[in-house]
Amino acid sequence: MSVRIESLTKTYGVQNAIDHISFSIGHGEVVGLLGPNGAGKSTTMKILTCFMPQSSGEAEVCNFNTRTSPLEVRRRVGYLPEHNPLYGDMYVKEYLLHVAGMYKLANPEARVKQMVELTGLGPEQHKRIEQLSKGYRQRVGLAQALVHDPEVLILDEPTSGLDPNQLVDIRNLIREIGQQKTVILSTHIMQEVEALCPRIIIINKGKIVADGSRESLQRGKKGQELVEVELDGAIDVALLRGLNGVLRVEVLSGNRYKVEAQAGNDLRKAIFDLAVKQNRAILSLNVQQSSLEDVFRQLTRS
Amino acid sequence: MYSLFLKEIRSFLSSPIAYVVIGVFLLVTSLFIWVFPDYSILEFNFANMDPLFVMAPWIFLFLIPAVTMRSFAEERKSGTIELLLTRPLTDFQIVGAKYLAGLVLVFLSLLPTFLYAVTVYRLADPIGNVDTGAMLGSYIGLFCLASAFVAIGLFSSSLTDNQIVSFVTAVFFSFFFYAAFDSLSLMQLPQQVLLVLEYLGIARHYEGMSQGVIDSRDVLYFVSLNAFFLTLTRYVLQNRYR
Ligand SMILES: Nc1ncnc2c1ncn2[C@@H]1O[C@H](COP(=O)(O)OP(=O)(O)OP(=O)(O)O)[C@@H](O)[C@H]1O
Ligand SMILES: [Mg+2]
Repeated sequence: MSVRIESLTKTYGVQNAIDHISFSIGHGEVVGLLGPNGAGKSTTMKILTCFMPQSSGEAEVCNFNTRTSPLEVRRRVGYLPEHNPLYGDMYVKEYLLHVAGMYKLANPEARVKQMVELTGLGPEQHKRIEQLSKGYRQRVGLAQALVHDPEVLILDEPTSGLDPNQLVDIRNLIREIGQQKTVILSTHIMQEVEALCPRIIIINKGKIVADGSRESLQRGKKGQELVEVELDGAIDVALLRGLNGVLRVEVLSGNRYKVEAQAGNDLRKAIFDLAVKQNRAILSLNVQQSSLEDVFRQLTRS
Repeated sequence: MYSLFLKEIRSFLSSPIAYVVIGVFLLVTSLFIWVFPDYSILEFNFANMDPLFVMAPWIFLFLIPAVTMRSFAEERKSGTIELLLTRPLTDFQIVGAKYLAGLVLVFLSLLPTFLYAVTVYRLADPIGNVDTGAMLGSYIGLFCLASAFVAIGLFSSSLTDNQIVSFVTAVFFSFFFYAAFDSLSLMQLPQQVLLVLEYLGIARHYEGMSQGVIDSRDVLYFVSLNAFFLTLTRYVLQNRYR
């Protein structure tokens, strides 16, 4: 197991920031850690990186306990904290060399050069960090997390505040890294999860409310099928309701209908047959998956 | 640890603070040694550097906190402390690296004053008629005193994320250890208490060393004082930031 946490709890004063959380992550998995503001995502990450100790429970990275062998854990973890803190007065390359030095790499110069290429920092590498744009600063943050070739990457909101172009670049970079490494990333952007994370863990108020593959979470929602159909004229809603397995029909504007049925009934053919019988033409028909956003909202609404 | 030490020195030297501090130190000490009539060697024809060793602790009292005030406070304010504390370094190595970097800066500011020493040596009549033993002892004493101020400064910086607060706290603690214990020992107190108070203050040990006698008890005192504040700093790192 790359990461294993067991009944992990962190208490601030009287409040449990995280409350008996447990999960395991295998080698090479890319996991999205989701949850509303204040759910405890950053807290979990800070414990995993040995920044702060838990109140109770155990956390392990590559089979090293964060409490008993923190140095071993730190050697194996690359960390990008939430607000990407950096030394603004240092030059990009100088900073990366400094970080490389702290991990005692065999050939820091070559490694830093490689990182600069990988993260696309080439044109900016001779600037001071404070002179960089946010996107490039984010790349420096990623480069410092990667420079010692860590086995586990922990990225706390790695793409917050980036423009769409940078967003795509950084996501591609993370996807590339995720081919070989274990990655845990937190984010509030659902498209990002869809683009990057085969597995999702959702935390709400310090507790895990979902943990599974992305498809299973999206499928799992109540076990319903949703079809939206647009016809060239009005149709009797009762006829739609009468179709096999239909639970609910919603009339939308412009002769559009939203039909909800129990899973397992393929509505598309039934609707097509009905439309033909009623002399209506189908202008559009699409099956809707419940979106991750719906799943998220449903699981974390208090 | 070495990498962190180098980075600390580089960040000292790339910020104006280091140059201001070294510049002010040299300016003030040379004014006292050569210019101000009350102290000036040229007026008195004494071939010694006492003015330097009397004034330097007071100057260091303000300048060293100005150098160390950033060390942890700034890291905490900018959040870089989170990365620093998740590197494969022990807390002791982190404190140690910053402490050693501070010592290097102190050494750099003392280095040019050797020129004064050489001049005094040449001015003496006959040439070289100076108490080199006392001079050497004074330098060692001054360095010990400055190292204690660095340790105190680091500790103060670890307490807060505000540089000004860090500076003021450091000046206060340094002053307290340098002079306040001595002043306290002027009060009407039982003899034993007075001895302890006097022993706790930096001043007595510093003056002892200035005589040119390096007493192992004085050295032990400075080592313990430094260790005490560095350990406290490490304790704060372990408990307050997280
Ligand atoms: N240093 C602290 N002292 C007291 N409470 C804290 C501290 N840090 C976090 N908390 C509390 O712990 C809870 C979890 O915070 P955490 O930062 O882990 O949330 P998060 O999931 O990362 O949220 P976000 O999406 O906003 O980043 C919050 O209620 C927060 O107020
Ligand atoms: Mg967070």
